[in-house]
Amino acid sequence: MRAGCPHGVTGAATNGTVVDSRPSELVRVATAGSVDDGKSTLIGRLLFDSKQVFADQLEHVERVSTERGDGYVNLALLTDGLRAEREQGITIDVAYRYFHTTRRKFIIADTPGHEQYTRNMVTGASTADLALVLIDARKGVLEQSRRHAFIASLLRIPHLVVCINKMDLVDWDEEVYDRITAEFTHWAARLDVTDITFIPISALHGDNVVDRSENMPWYGGSSLLYELEHVHVASDRNLIDPRFPVQWVIRPMSDEHHDYRGYAGQVASGAFKPGDEVTVLPSGVTTRVAGIDSHGGPMPEAFPPLSVTMRLEDEVDVSRGDMICRPHNRPRQTKELEAMVCWMAERPLRPAARYRIKHTTRTALAKVEELRYRFDVNTLHRDEEAEGLELNEIGRVRLRFSAPLLIDEYRRNRSTGSFILIEESTNDTVAAGMILGVDD
Amino acid sequence: MRPALTDGPAAATVSGVGYEVSHLRALESEAIHIMREVAAEVERAVLLFSGGKDSVVLLRLAEKAFYPARFPFAVMHVDTGQNFPEVLEFRDRRMEELDARLIVASVQDSIDSGRVVDETGPRASRNRLQTVTLLDAITEHDFRAAFGGARRDEERARAKERIFSFRDDFGGWDPKTQRPELWSLYNAHMNPGEHMRVFPLSNWTELDVWQYIREEELEIPAMYFAHTREVFARDGMLYATSPFVELLPGEEPFEESVRYRTVGDMSCTGAVRSTASTLDDVVAEIAATRITERGETRADDRASEAAMEDRKREGYF
Repeated sequence: MRAGCPHGVTGAATNGTVVDSRPSELVRVATAGSVDDGKSTLIGRLLFDSKQVFADQLEHVERVSTERGDGYVNLALLTDGLRAEREQGITIDVAYRYFHTTRRKFIIADTPGHEQYTRNMVTGASTADLALVLIDARKGVLEQSRRHAFIASLLRIPHLVVCINKMDLVDWDEEVYDRITAEFTHWAARLDVTDITFIPISALHGDNVVDRSENMPWYGGSSLLYELEHVHVASDRNLIDPRFPVQWVIRPMSDEHHDYRGYAGQVASGAFKPGDEVTVLPSGVTTRVAGIDSHGGPMPEAFPPLSVTMRLEDEVDVSRGDMICRPHNRPRQTKELEAMVCWMAERPLRPAARYRIKHTTRTALAKVEELRYRFDVNTLHRDEEAEGLELNEIGRVRLRFSAPLLIDEYRRNRSTGSFILIEESTNDTVAAGMILGVDD
Repeated sequence: MRPALTDGPAAATVSGVGYEVSHLRALESEAIHIMREVAAEVERAVLLFSGGKDSVVLLRLAEKAFYPARFPFAVMHVDTGQNFPEVLEFRDRRMEELDARLIVASVQDSIDSGRVVDETGPRASRNRLQTVTLLDAITEHDFRAAFGGARRDEERARAKERIFSFRDDFGGWDPKTQRPELWSLYNAHMNPGEHMRVFPLSNWTELDVWQYIREEELEIPAMYFAHTREVFARDGMLYATSPFVELLPGEEPFEESVRYRTVGDMSCTGAVRSTASTLDDVVAEIAATRITERGETRADDRASEAAMEDRKREGYF
């Protein structure tokens, strides 16, 4: 097998970003699956075949593989970092991997398929542009694959790439591939996923991972790496609804900048230009953008995900937690909302319990008014009799707050539509929340 | 030619098709967001500065995040007493330029006061002793958050660490009890006795750091560029001869054109043979290298399979 041959590592790395003056794009990928799916092997393969495994890392993997008696170069060992993981041959937590090509830099959030599966997958999925789902060609669409796809759709990952892996073990059979894609497509029709791509691969042998496979001439699509490099992610950002959560007020008080007052933050969505009429919430005062500043000088425009500092024409009272938007395009200001939450703590969610909620740069107290139902991620069934949410469970809740929040639907805005719940006594992050619309 | 993004986020171009943001601008914005969150939610933060390339980038991001105001935290250097002299010179000059408050936490003081015992012999290193000095300084100043320049691509255990990484009252890190980090919503609430390490460069790679240094034209210590130095070979690495390292029998110093990929103690940081004398040369060299920076130049990570994980559990950077 190719991975066993260290000579394969020779040759220039695909690192054209270095000499290339084109800005490259950052793409975040979430992947999930169990050891058996060959997910770690696939990531190892992507890193290896795109020449981004370093010689000392490979040497380490080869040595450990031999010591463990794996009988082959176990590329899974590239991603399993902690002592317990190597000892037990499992992946414990979300691991982040990085690689780049001439076009893009990729961040892969790699999550285990077993323990605390949902919690970790949701974490990785929250920032992802693309979800990579693996299906074992011999086993077909299992509960786990369905769960991946459901979470990807719940978290609104714009692109879903389904790799039918281990094609080598089904004799590269087109019929197997067709049957699995049909079954998956049928099931995914019930989800809110717009862009699904299927790729038949063998992670172990590298077929259709970086290069097109010669073993599956019937497959007319592109390799996984090609797909990752070309999927269009720039338009996934919300550039329509201007939202600027104020993070920090900059007041230098120095002689040079005595009267300077700037509002620092990261643009959540939409675009802002000097001269734009804007409204500050919750006060509702309307003024104009006097300037957008950065260390490198004034900027003509600010849009996501840039961190900038905004100055306003009138002296208005603005502080952390406020939101700058447009007079005719505002978030909903409310002390109550409905949301889907994924529960992430050992101590279950109970109705009437009190938590802290962090939404954009604003923190308030939140009370769970009602648990509407628990969602079964495998059957998509809604259990309205549920009395709580346990670790890794997902449900719909109604929350009420101590102070108004400035919210949008998660479906429309991943930044102003998301929140976390924090338990007051332990300070743990106990839930990830996605805000539902008024009509949902 | 330098990319168009040299002039800061302003250069993120508004083209006909959309709003393009280069990966360096995206990483920069993420890091600035993280630093501002800490400033807003945590009392008494400190920025750990070693004079190495990652902390040089961290310092620039701090400057940017609060510009035109000064960044609202002090800078701390854990000084092992075995640093490269040019790094200390660089540190002091930068602090003066920025008018920043510098705290030097000295390993020598920890040794003198009996908190730790200096290692002896040819392979002695103060690397591990730094942990005690660091934790003592954090306690003394009651810092609740310390920014570090660590990156997830550096090492296997780091790949699993959160951006807001909590330490218990012994300074220890427990990889199994980490909080989930969702979207860009960071939970900075801490329990009594806890503090956190914050890593704004978590998602940067070594190459990103070098590209950024080049784009921003940041000054870095001269030892990152090729220079002639008296070195000796040990365990497949080249070490500078210095008063802090005893030679073993058979180790013969010689002159070589070298540069450093990482900056740590003179006792545990190796040099690489190189003729890269400009930032462009260095970036090209990093892009072509087949060995990780820590694998090539850090003896501290070679101690065992889980050397970094074990040190982190004890409270290391």
